[in-house]
Amino acid sequence: MKHSEAAEKFISDNERTNWHDKALWFVRAKRDIAIKQVAEWEELRALASQIKAHVMSNLDVLLEQFEANAIKNGIHVHWAKDAEEHNNHVLNILKEHRVKSLVKSKSMLTEECHLNPFLEKNGIEVIDTDLGERIIQFRNEPPSHIVLPAIHLTKEEVGETFHTHLGIEKGISDPKILTDIARAHLREKFLSADAAMTGVNFGIADTGGFVVCTNEGNTDMGVHLSQVHIASMGIEKIIPRQEDLGVFTRLLARSATGQPVTTYTSHYLTAQSGQVIHLIIVDNGRSKQLGRADYVKSLFCIRCGACMNTCPVYRRSGGYSYSYGIPGPIGSILAPGANPKEHSSMPFASTLCGSCTDVCPVKIDIHQQLYSWRQDLTEDKKTSSSKRLIMKMMGIVLAYPKLYRFSGITARWFLGFSPRFLIYNKLNLWGKQRELPSVPTESFRDWYSKNRRANL
Amino acid sequence: MKIGLFIPCYIDQFYPKVGIATLELLEKLGCNVGYPMDQTCCGQPMGNSGSEKEAVKTAELFVKNFQTYDCIVAPTGSCACYVKEHYDILKQTDATKYVRENIYELAEFITDILKVDQIDATFPYKVGFHSSCHGQRGLRLAQSSELNLPFFSKQKQLLSMVKGIEIVEIDRRDECCGFGGTFCVTEEAVSVKMGKDKVADFVRNGAEVITSGDVSCLMHLDGIIKRQKYPVKVLHIAEILNNTIER
Ligand code: SF4
Repeated sequence: MKHSEAAEKFISDNERTNWHDKALWFVRAKRDIAIKQVAEWEELRALASQIKAHVMSNLDVLLEQFEANAIKNGIHVHWAKDAEEHNNHVLNILKEHRVKSLVKSKSMLTEECHLNPFLEKNGIEVIDTDLGERIIQFRNEPPSHIVLPAIHLTKEEVGETFHTHLGIEKGISDPKILTDIARAHLREKFLSADAAMTGVNFGIADTGGFVVCTNEGNTDMGVHLSQVHIASMGIEKIIPRQEDLGVFTRLLARSATGQPVTTYTSHYLTAQSGQVIHLIIVDNGRSKQLGRADYVKSLFCIRCGACMNTCPVYRRSGGYSYSYGIPGPIGSILAPGANPKEHSSMPFASTLCGSCTDVCPVKIDIHQQLYSWRQDLTEDKKTSSSKRLIMKMMGIVLAYPKLYRFSGITARWFLGFSPRFLIYNKLNLWGKQRELPSVPTESFRDWYSKNRRANL
Repeated sequence: MKIGLFIPCYIDQFYPKVGIATLELLEKLGCNVGYPMDQTCCGQPMGNSGSEKEAVKTAELFVKNFQTYDCIVAPTGSCACYVKEHYDILKQTDATKYVRENIYELAEFITDILKVDQIDATFPYKVGFHSSCHGQRGLRLAQSSELNLPFFSKQKQLLSMVKGIEIVEIDRRDECCGFGGTFCVTEEAVSVKMGKDKVADFVRNGAEVITSGDVSCLMHLDGIIKRQKYPVKVLHIAEILNNTIER
């Protein structure tokens, strides 16, 4: 479905739209307060952006350095060129360790690879342990936001979901009570799981260690209680040195939720005794994006979600209005790289206001990339042919002053003298909920010719 | 100094009074203003819709029209930003480079080039200022709320020189109004919702008039105001800076 159609559906529930907009604006406002506490915020952003630029131009070397160090630390490293290879690696590891039940903490990469349905098909129980993730897992829904996966749901709907899936009393909507219920439920799952899976926020080339940032402690809980730890990491998550980490952790939590730091910043270097760590390094289209000069910066992303919280379109259309798993501004510049035809409407779901670019902690030029994708998709004829034709005609009219003036006079005449039903009908999307400007009898040029004759 | 006045297509056709106010204001400030009669548009509508190739001829015409002036001034942040940022679609001749470097949005021209510190205008109303995105984040006419840098706004600075004016602050100072070029029809539902929310923010905070440096935003907001019958009016910033009539 095109973004505009899905968005229209979302907006038809005005109350929900207002609530969704306010909830996310609240997060943006919290972020604003938090970043104002850091005097060197803009320097930090610039530094992070430069580090990422360095990483992208040295990715091959850094990845090999990272791998070598990780192996030295006793971590088993696997490479996956796409989602399928990634999922097979996971399944093989689980089979090798005879795992029947897997607890997973939040990872957008495993979402991207559609890991859960694949594992379930192969008889493995998968439990998402992040509270929001667990809620949408019950409901069989994908995340609608990369940091706040269940942000589209009200607390009443969460209560309803727990009523259906956990058998709690009907009508509970107190967030504290619901969280306690989820905790108790998850604790059981933690205790009975054989393996834990996590994402990776940062892979550190010079130590071979990796870092996972969470707020609920579910990552640590899962990892500490099981014998097998599988971590999935996109190739772009590398940072060169341990000392670079602080730049990113300072930016990440503040940008994501307005916290100074995530509640848990878990560092994994070597396995504890009796445990194994498997690390899967995934490409899945990233190296292609690395080769696209206009879009390479999209790989800088640290998945903080700030561009979604700030996006006036995302806030009013919801995560599901975007055809790709990662919604919002960052999703809209990644999606066309993954599948240009399927996601061709996403780069157009923006006013190009540029708020995303200014909010982004690693200074991705998001709105410029949206603009570039529009050009590339049009050039490749991935957009509608009628729209391309209209633009072509417009380009001709505006290139010839006489033609332009003639069209202007005709249009004003038409608007000025036509009955309302001719102008305000289904074909006029402007006029569905808006009046057209009232029509002046003369253009500025006409006025100028009369009143500034001396200048001509 | 000879100034070339650029009046974008939609102002020329639908809001001539904004063009007139801009011209009169510049003349009042002592400028020698010329208006190239064969001007049409900057090419942005095609560019933002993904057809920037179709904008090349229009952009070439723009350069041809304005290359002989010392400065080009436009009562719009959006078009000025397009010329500056996106005229890389043209061959970078001396004329193209010159035009890109010497185009100014009206307020920016008055504050940065004319360095005016007083304006002879009166406007005894409560006014809310809408910072258009291309002016704000494209031309940096004002500091973005996303950045941790000191606040400024060239347009508000000028408005504050107007006698009798009361500037009303809104809750979301630089949220987009939802116009967005062809976005306003291709994403009609979101566009209108954003516009309604924007107008509501102004009304809630007591604005009698909404002003902005961009008529495109105002046209969109005004369409909503008239249909929904909100108790507020729109005026371009040039109309306020050029106003001498008391209430
Ligand atoms: S693009 Fe920037 S703002 Fe958006 S999620 Fe990534 S890092 Fe955060």
